[in-house]
Amino acid sequence: MSTVAQKQGFLAVLWDYLTTVDHKKIAILYLISGGFFFLVGGIEAMIIRIQLAVPDNNFVSAGLYNEILTMHGTTMIFLAAMPLLFAFMNAVVPLQIGARDVAFPFLNSLGFWLFFFGGIFLNLSWFLGGAPDAGWTSYASLSITSEGHGIDFYVLGLQISGAGTLIAGINFLVTIINMRAPGMTYMRMPLFTWSTFVASALILFAFPPLTVGLFLMLFDRMFGANFFDVSMGGNTIIWEHLFWIFGHPEVYILILPAFGIFSEIFATFSRKRLFGYAAMVFATVLIGFLGFMVWAHHMFTVGLGPTANAIFAVATMAIAVPTGVKIFNWMLTMWGGSIVFTTPMLYAVAFIPSFTAGGVTGVMLASAAADYQYHDTYFVVAHFHYVIVGGVVLGLLAGTHFYWPKMFGTMLNEFLGKITFWLFLIGFHATFFVQHFLGLMGMPRRIWKFLDGQGLNLFNLISTIGAVFMAVAVLVLVYNIIITQIKNVRVGNDPWGDGRTLEWAIASPPPFYNFKQLPLVRGLDPYWIEKMEGNTKMTPAEPVGDIHMPNNSFIPFVMSLGLFIAAFGAMYQVDWRASDGESFVWAIPVLIIGLLITLGSMAVRSLKDDHGYHIHKEDLLKDDEGGRE
Amino acid sequence: MIAALAFILSGCGEPFLSALQPAGEVAQRQYNLMVLSAVVMVVVIIVVSIVYSIAITKFRRSKVGEDVIPKQVEGSHTLEILWTVIPIILVLVLAVPTVAVTFALADTAEMEEVDEEGNRTALVIDVRANLYWWEFNYPDQGIVTAQDLVVPTDQNVYFNVIASDVKHSFWIPAVGGKIDTNVDNMNTFYLNFDSESAEEVDNLFYGKCAELCGPSHALMDFKVQTLSSEDFDEWVAAMQEAGEEESEPENETIARGEEVFGNDGQACISCHAVSPTERAGNSPGPNLATFGERSYVAGILDNRDPEESREENIKNWIRNADKLKPGNTMGAYNEDDLSDEDLDALTEYLMSLKVYTE
Repeated sequence: MSTVAQKQGFLAVLWDYLTTVDHKKIAILYLISGGFFFLVGGIEAMIIRIQLAVPDNNFVSAGLYNEILTMHGTTMIFLAAMPLLFAFMNAVVPLQIGARDVAFPFLNSLGFWLFFFGGIFLNLSWFLGGAPDAGWTSYASLSITSEGHGIDFYVLGLQISGAGTLIAGINFLVTIINMRAPGMTYMRMPLFTWSTFVASALILFAFPPLTVGLFLMLFDRMFGANFFDVSMGGNTIIWEHLFWIFGHPEVYILILPAFGIFSEIFATFSRKRLFGYAAMVFATVLIGFLGFMVWAHHMFTVGLGPTANAIFAVATMAIAVPTGVKIFNWMLTMWGGSIVFTTPMLYAVAFIPSFTAGGVTGVMLASAAADYQYHDTYFVVAHFHYVIVGGVVLGLLAGTHFYWPKMFGTMLNEFLGKITFWLFLIGFHATFFVQHFLGLMGMPRRIWKFLDGQGLNLFNLISTIGAVFMAVAVLVLVYNIIITQIKNVRVGNDPWGDGRTLEWAIASPPPFYNFKQLPLVRGLDPYWIEKMEGNTKMTPAEPVGDIHMPNNSFIPFVMSLGLFIAAFGAMYQVDWRASDGESFVWAIPVLIIGLLITLGSMAVRSLKDDHGYHIHKEDLLKDDEGGRE
Repeated sequence: MIAALAFILSGCGEPFLSALQPAGEVAQRQYNLMVLSAVVMVVVIIVVSIVYSIAITKFRRSKVGEDVIPKQVEGSHTLEILWTVIPIILVLVLAVPTVAVTFALADTAEMEEVDEEGNRTALVIDVRANLYWWEFNYPDQGIVTAQDLVVPTDQNVYFNVIASDVKHSFWIPAVGGKIDTNVDNMNTFYLNFDSESAEEVDNLFYGKCAELCGPSHALMDFKVQTLSSEDFDEWVAAMQEAGEEESEPENETIARGEEVFGNDGQACISCHAVSPTERAGNSPGPNLATFGERSYVAGILDNRDPEESREENIKNWIRNADKLKPGNTMGAYNEDDLSDEDLDALTEYLMSLKVYTE
């Protein structure tokens, strides 16, 4: 069996990707679909900014505006940021720890397809009677009374994609615990692996509360339960708690891997070991832990009372300490180094002041009594865009440039990359900096329009102009990606020249079995250690032998498709019952058929033995002689 | 630096709406916390900026040389302790006043205090938030109004807030932070309206709904009219009096308008009370007893202009309520529902609904 890429027909490639269990290909699937949803969420953002460019605007109607703002937030968090991070986790983490794949390749594929079908289901709402319109937080009193199927799409879509996320999180936990190469102790793991590890643990504990909340809402809306109906003894504040017990750790699930990407970039392009590695690891774990202790700071104005507010205020402020440790460690990593400003490094360097600005407004927001003013205003909008765009999105853009060669074997154009960077950075600050002041000047968030004569005109216009810059920046990036792939100039193992971790020790892209021989890890930054000793390759930890590989499988796709189909049945049986069985008679059968498809494919998976296959030693050796780029 | 920052911030926004120009004790204490935290944070940003600027200028590869391999420093315990301890101190500087103010602003014990006769001494207003309008009920005074909250200056005013349909949030930015009007339970807090600041804004502050509540969330505005304590007492007396007596229509048009408003006409009265003492707490629409005195129609159309545009505003609202506030429960009345003549009469009648002013 040869690993040299062969010319394949489109259908063969498509089938390969539909059935793949290879972490590198699943990474590409996450990247493409996450990128697609990022563009969709971006278009929604632009519509929001156009609507708010001038006072009393009627570019979109009030109801549609609420749908757009809801879908912007939901899409960006669940369908863009998380999958894009999963793309890099999948592409890089197994390589960084010297593994041949993740622990459960089949589950990895299942996680992706669940996310994908959940995301598609959610977005089909646009074409099937209207999208959800109660905000990404979907607070119960509003979402329970929301008409049409919008909220049903939200509940079912997130339930399906959330299951995928949970599976992915568990998979990474197991992978990192069990699959590390010889010598790769916990305290030698690269920071990106560490942050993936902690983020996965957060997923494990944060997603179940969301699942519970979504199920309660699902039963309320679709099967006549009354968990959130106050007149029937329900309580809507419970939803807020469940949502934020998930929702606050969620923002750390997003930011920690971005921290990890930046840590790799700072070390690489400063040609220097990460300053205070142990403290960085400890800070990451501590942020993850404290992230579960602070959810009620999203609820300071709910009326929980001063004791609860004070406790959550102080706990929230405490998070500033480990985050500050990280900021200083990154700066000291650069200090005394040899800094080269590649595109990824530009993003990393811009990240420090941008994220610091978002972090300090976070501490301001933690001050409960002052938060009564900030809460639900554009100040909050500015704050979370500073941390999510200034942290996560800059991290994703940096990661795209940094890991592109490892994922695709080509380098994105640096000149275009820098154009994207500057446009995006300027646009980002122009868009969101003024929003702090809009909030303090009395502009609530999630408003469809603002009226003239309230002093809000100028800053809103500036904000919209900034958003245009960001949109152009993204278009340049898309163009960059297209021309890079058309030119298809191949690169070697370590295209940045200063790679430090294991992923840079093997080919770009790596062969499908990753490491022919598992590498021996002799310390932090193992590839750097070998390079410093004049070696060009890692020292192998094992002789060349047969490699056990999993077979491709179409079952994850079918399993997810079944839930996708069942969701339509669950949703439209409401109309069937409302019409006394007159119309939508197909709803219940569709629900049952969908569930049967899923359960059936689970049964097939359980009953059919799939032992995988072996790549034989001789074939591996032949590969070497054949020579590869 | 505090002064400089305060100066910069105070230039922001309109005084009737901006949290940066505090117009009362609550807003002032919150503003002080904001400035304190902003100053602490500016210090952090300055320190970060200095270290950062030096690092990225001094250690460029073009300066240190292409082939230099920097020393692989593991870390520094001294530095790491330093940048752990200093942030802890900074956080404490902020945490202590935060906790103090949070407890102080939650202190509504005065609501329970009574005089010798057992009457409550503090002014308490029950706020009920509804899809896109606000009801303000003065339970101790036995009066109710809507959309225009009327309050006395320079004393604590206590609020019980609740929502009757979905969750909203009650916010008067210039006077103090918001509190959610939950559907589950009543929330309580207080505000204090400063008379000097009130003068600067012609005794009219803007209030907003701060929680997404549906299509017209953005337009769920209300206004706050401030009066001196004496004027407020007069206003209360006038309201109580108006609730007791039946007023005779001044002319035929108004009489016709009253007919249109009534059950034999468009039945507006089935949702809108016109007596300031009726239907507090369960009215499906705003009480219109003071409609002729309101500063705004429906909280969004400025009614302080000369007579003519007032009429236009009211007619515009009745004809186009569904467009002006999408999703509101009143709906619009077109020519088939309501002839132009009847609309004229109805408008005149509505403008005659006054209690306090002539």
